[in-house]
Amino acid sequence: MAEQSFDLVVIGTGPGGYVAAIRAAQLGMKTAVIERENLGGICLNWGCIPTKALLRSAEVYHLMQNADAFGLKADNIAYDAEKVVERSRKVAGRLSGGVAHLLKKNKVTVIDGEGRLAGKGKVKVQKDGKPVADLAAKHIILATGARARELPGLEADGKTIWTYREAMVPEAIPKSLLVVGSGAIGIEFASFYRDMGSEVTVVEVLDRILPVEDEEISAFAHKAFEKQGMTLMTGAKVGGIKTKKGGATVSVTDAKGKEHAIDVEKVILAVGITGNVENIGLDGTKVKVEKGHVVVNEWLETGEPGVYAIGDLVGAPWLAHKASHEGIICVEKIAGLDHVEPLNTLNIPGCTYCRPQIASVGLTEAKAKAAGYELKVGRFPFIGNGKAIALGEDQGLVKTIFDATTGELLGAHMVGAEVTELIQGFAIGKTLETTEAELMHTVFPHPTLSEMMLESTLAAYGRAIHI
Amino acid sequence: MPIKITMPQLSPTMTEGTLSKWLVKEGDEVSSGDILAEIETDKATMEVESIDDGKVGKILVAEGTDNVPVNEVIALLLGDGEDSSNLEDADSGSDKKKPAKAEKEEEPEEESDEEAASEDEGKEQPKAEKKKAEEGKSAKSEKKAEAGSKTASEDGRIKASPLARSMARQADLDISSVEGSGPHGRIIKRDIEAALESGGAKKDAAEQAPKAKSAPASVAPPPEGAEFEEVKVSNMRRVIAERLQEAKQTIPHFYLTVDCTIDRLLDMRADLNGRSDAYKISVNDFVIRAVALAMRKVPEANAQWGGNVIRRFKDVDVSVAVAIEGGLITPVIRKADTKGLAALSNEMKELAQRAREGKLAPEEYQGGSFSISNLGMYGIKQFDAVINPPQAGILAIGVGEKRPVVKNGALDVATVMSCTLSCDHRVIDGAIGANLLTAFKGFIEDPLTMLL
Repeated sequence: MAEQSFDLVVIGTGPGGYVAAIRAAQLGMKTAVIERENLGGICLNWGCIPTKALLRSAEVYHLMQNADAFGLKADNIAYDAEKVVERSRKVAGRLSGGVAHLLKKNKVTVIDGEGRLAGKGKVKVQKDGKPVADLAAKHIILATGARARELPGLEADGKTIWTYREAMVPEAIPKSLLVVGSGAIGIEFASFYRDMGSEVTVVEVLDRILPVEDEEISAFAHKAFEKQGMTLMTGAKVGGIKTKKGGATVSVTDAKGKEHAIDVEKVILAVGITGNVENIGLDGTKVKVEKGHVVVNEWLETGEPGVYAIGDLVGAPWLAHKASHEGIICVEKIAGLDHVEPLNTLNIPGCTYCRPQIASVGLTEAKAKAAGYELKVGRFPFIGNGKAIALGEDQGLVKTIFDATTGELLGAHMVGAEVTELIQGFAIGKTLETTEAELMHTVFPHPTLSEMMLESTLAAYGRAIHI
Repeated sequence: MPIKITMPQLSPTMTEGTLSKWLVKEGDEVSSGDILAEIETDKATMEVESIDDGKVGKILVAEGTDNVPVNEVIALLLGDGEDSSNLEDADSGSDKKKPAKAEKEEEPEEESDEEAASEDEGKEQPKAEKKKAEEGKSAKSEKKAEAGSKTASEDGRIKASPLARSMARQADLDISSVEGSGPHGRIIKRDIEAALESGGAKKDAAEQAPKAKSAPASVAPPPEGAEFEEVKVSNMRRVIAERLQEAKQTIPHFYLTVDCTIDRLLDMRADLNGRSDAYKISVNDFVIRAVALAMRKVPEANAQWGGNVIRRFKDVDVSVAVAIEGGLITPVIRKADTKGLAALSNEMKELAQRAREGKLAPEEYQGGSFSISNLGMYGIKQFDAVINPPQAGILAIGVGEKRPVVKNGALDVATVMSCTLSCDHRVIDGAIGANLLTAFKGFIEDPLTMLL
């Protein structure tokens, strides 16, 4: 097989890989990507995007059920699970096609198959066990992503015990469901299925749901979900799952040590993810793997010269936008561009698209305190915002945390309608190293939910107007 | 070819000056040594002499022009047998070589030094090099300005993140001293952290702060409705403003006051002055001598703050503030501790005379390690003087007047003079200041000891 030569070969075309490839092509590198399944990776095909499509259906369904509150009439409200899923798949398909187009437009060679390192500067590609391409590359980026983590005794069977993958394409909406894990993935599915009418139980081993979020936000969301009829068990442990006809019995030990046997139709495992480090030829290289993830430095370089790794493969936060950004940093560093900045994880916003939505950036109050900052904390509730009330979404909170000494915006935490669209404002502010003063000088448009960002800032300094 | 008359460098540290007056006009015949123009530098007015015989062909820089860079051609002199046609030759000839010339003539007054340097690269080269080699005060401030401009854009704006500004404010760090590593040279959090960590920047900042703070932004707008006339700020006034603002903003002043009984000094003065007409010693001359001897006795006070070091001086060079029209100037008595009263007195008289005429050479008023300001002749009882940077101390002398004093438990009358020492606490601690003042008082009250 004739060897093809490239400046850069990227293994994996998730939001890390394909973005890295396009950026490399922009910078004049001859670039190839290798994809074993769908262009766009999990994010586009089995993650971020299709779940948003599902959640949108759930949201509209929820609104229809509350049509009366808006002076509207709707009878015989029902859903067609098949069509809900179909829409989600179509959205994913459309975007995957979009990635194909973008790669083509940028003259990136796309190779279908599984790539693996094969000696210094070499990559072999196989498809169904057969070699399809031999590549030589000056630089190789590993962007193979991650998959759902499985715990001993908690293995998915794809029928009764699901991972995100099955949960995204249900044949029917289960009557009852137990979600193990209350991170972003677990909570989004819990929220989706609850809004679709399932009896949902969430089991979280830590003492609160959404454990990476600010405690106040967790507590706010906790209450909101309970109000929706969700059962949330925190500080609880899943002992085992016994499948039976038509469902499973999950044994859960609650925070008080009491044993529960919970019968549900389906179980979703969402206990974190683990990097796809296998079968990519890491053996015999200097690439180091720790806790299921490839070890890299600030420039995404592995221990092996010329081999880089980005995205979920290198660890938390497991976010598409983090992967994309790392891809760009990695490629720009390879190209020797000036002013490449390492990623500052404190400036990466995180979003969870449950109802109510959660969005945050920077330090939580507890972490800021632990870091030794003197804090100014501002809070503003949705109930004080005109637009929120007009939307019929008056439940939520915007919380801002400032360093009392310098005014640095240390963190922003939000729960409520559309906050995932708002958080970028605080992310820009953080990247520009804003202090409270610039936020206060910023004119926020009225009437918008964004006004709460200003009010929360003002509140931190005892100056909120509308509360 | 016509002879170029250039802006002279009147002192090693001079980089620009004001062409205050032309004493000749175009067409005048001049001979070598004739005074052509008067140049005003930051503190002195100097004369430009013709270096050749000839006729003034063309005056290129109008009188009253500020900030004329050293070596700038200010006039053309026609030599033997040359007439105005040569001038045109010279003009057109130089036009070809330097197309900027025509513009140069009408260049705006505020043309910056940098611009001039880039326009006349060849010619300005030596000056630039010289500037680097210089140790003088103005050269230092130049350097500071250059360092500052690293992050400041052409319009003087410093690109810095809000957080960086806030952190710099908190830490009392002059942000213009920090080099930005962010996009487009923006100063960001990590640059401030690095600057604070290195610590050096902070000290630098203390020196540089006034630069930033004396920016026009801090100038108050004219009061509404009030009538006023605007008096142009002279070079001297500007220097006084900058230096004293810098002093008050960056030097941690503290003040010590003593009352000195000067009856014996006055007796001795009358006695000495009665002996000869060759000198007429003033009280101030005694004060200068006493200060010089006290500095010799307390050498820790004869020092200045140098950021990372304290500079202790070998010689005692005493600056004496002299009020002159439009401001004040501080001629320096070098090695004052080595000079007798008569010599001191005569030197001071001569310096003061020339100071009032604006004829001091820069070397005569720059430097000095300590200052004396005497307002006794105005009847001022006591005052606190502002330190003359980079010096570390100044002694403010009040009027010698008869006051009731307690002597041996009984009320008495004595001639008393209040003297207040302003100290830079970075260099002079309370005890050192007190020692200096005590030594001074000792010499003043027992003036015979000044003869030892």
